[in-house]
Amino acid sequence: MAEKIVAGRTIQVNEEGYMTNPSEWTREIAAELAKEEGITLTDKHYAVLEFIREKALAGETLTIRKIGTSGIVDMKEFYQLFPGGPLKLASKLAGIPKPTSCV
Amino acid sequence: MKNILILGAGTAGSMMANKLSRVLDKKEWKITVVDPASTHYYQPGFLFIPFGKYSRKDVVKPTEKLLPRSVELIKSEVETLFPGENKVVLKDGKSLAYDYLIIATGARLAPEETTGLLGPLWQKDIFEFYTLEGALALADRLKNFNGGKLVMSIVDMPFKCPVAPIEFVCLADDYFKKRGIRDKVEIYYVTPLSGAFTKPIAARMLNQVMQERNIHIISDFYIEHIDNENKKLVSYDEREVPFDLLTIVPLNKGADFVGRSKIGDELNFIPVDKHTLQMPQYPNIFVLGDAAAIPTSKAGSVAHFAGEILFENILHIIEGKAPAEKFDGHSNCYIEVGQGKASLIDFNYDTEPLPGTYPVAGIGPFKLLDVTRINHWGKLAFRWIYWYFLVKGRALPVSAHMSMKGKKVVS
Ligand SMILES: Cc1cc2nc3c(=O)[nH]c(=O)nc-3n(C[C@H](O)[C@H](O)[C@H](O)COP(=O)(O)OP(=O)(O)OC[C@H]3O[C@@H](n4cnc5c(N)ncnc54)[C@H](O)[C@@H]3O)c2cc1C
Repeated sequence: MAEKIVAGRTIQVNEEGYMTNPSEWTREIAAELAKEEGITLTDKHYAVLEFIREKALAGETLTIRKIGTSGIVDMKEFYQLFPGGPLKLASKLAGIPKPTSCV
Repeated sequence: MKNILILGAGTAGSMMANKLSRVLDKKEWKITVVDPASTHYYQPGFLFIPFGKYSRKDVVKPTEKLLPRSVELIKSEVETLFPGENKVVLKDGKSLAYDYLIIATGARLAPEETTGLLGPLWQKDIFEFYTLEGALALADRLKNFNGGKLVMSIVDMPFKCPVAPIEFVCLADDYFKKRGIRDKVEIYYVTPLSGAFTKPIAARMLNQVMQERNIHIISDFYIEHIDNENKKLVSYDEREVPFDLLTIVPLNKGADFVGRSKIGDELNFIPVDKHTLQMPQYPNIFVLGDAAAIPTSKAGSVAHFAGEILFENILHIIEGKAPAEKFDGHSNCYIEVGQGKASLIDFNYDTEPLPGTYPVAGIGPFKLLDVTRINHWGKLAFRWIYWYFLVKGRALPVSAHMSMKGKKVVS
């Protein structure tokens, strides 16, 4: 665990850079974390991040498919918005823990 | 007369019908099971069919024979559930009322959800082994496969028996060695996960097992479509994996009636309380086995452990008491790795697979996270245990709750 100052606020992050306290999240923090990943957030990005936060905070397990069928983006767009590992990256920017698959 | 209705006569449904009919007073309780299938499959046995180790007769029994006589079996498909009315409507239009409902309709394959999967190469160079017919067709194809790229790929999580594809590639390695053509075959394991497995300590062990067998892992690969013409998998981030022979685990989904009844998630699995398996809005409805959306494996062992807990709880609930026990997510899987050996993992919601011994601390005879011959015998014996104990709802000398006894805590 470590502390990090992002967008003028102190946040708690784990060794992989995921925020450990989702309530510390703000849109500005997301924008700054995105910059570190080389991404400039658009409204579409934010819509996805907010969907992810809402579901994760309600205790739901997220999958790429769940986001791809959310009506906000399809799976192809999700990959384009968050290249590489979209679910991991989007979770990081949404200030929620790294998604784990339950096996 | 009160009614307990069980939807599905697979592993979970048959086990509950057997357990409940043994203790409930037949003058007070009527147990009804609905399932259109007349055959019950021992699905873990499908793994051995492509390699000619098991045949059809090893993995089938008539559904009826596994259920007690006092239970009525209705051979029809559930069309819709009306949870607010305690009513189930069947495909033939008949409607059934219940006091308590157990949904055990499992997971089905949905190959239609992946573009190109059911294309011209389906059942020619693209196969699955999660159904008996699929496994038999693959056995025929493997006999005529004399070299090239064999790709095992997984469409998405969750899927039943998450170790089965790993076992498949290990057994394939063995199989080609025995045929003397291993040097002519390249084996690839293509997964949407970041590694062979999700839980870190087990992943390390399984990565090593695959490395030793010269099986290449391609991770974070999420299939967008299958190009039949050029014989390759294409991912959403536009990577490509060519194949000569593709074995795939298609998308797994819950039964269609779940979607029609609006009680499931986007894959038609049903969210329930992970400790009691009750639907939050409908405490007289329980979901057992693969049909449930709970954070543990979709496996027969989970259906078994969860079923023990559910059985105790139902007996409490019908007497107007609160559920007595909590399911901890206990899962237990033998992993065949070829060469006559197997590994074993044992875990739950909170504890990842750890090394040690099972089921008796310090003694075993089975070794957790280790690769041994005796684990392999455990896997083979499981078929017998399945038919005569598990499905029949007879007690087994293992605890439903996961135990830390016999486990070594490592990181
Ligand atoms: C290749 C393979 C290997 C496996 N290996 C292992 C292993 O080594 N260890 C392990 O623990 N598990 C293993 N499993 C998983 C295990 O077989 C399943 O988790 C288990 O059978 C789940 O039981 P269930 O009762 O939930 O579903 P199932 O046993 O699949 O039963 C579901 C039943 O519901 C019926 N049904 C479906 N829809 C309807 C409807 N609309 N109306 C009425 N009935 C319906 C079906 O006909 C079926 O009979 C393996 C599975 C596969 C495919």
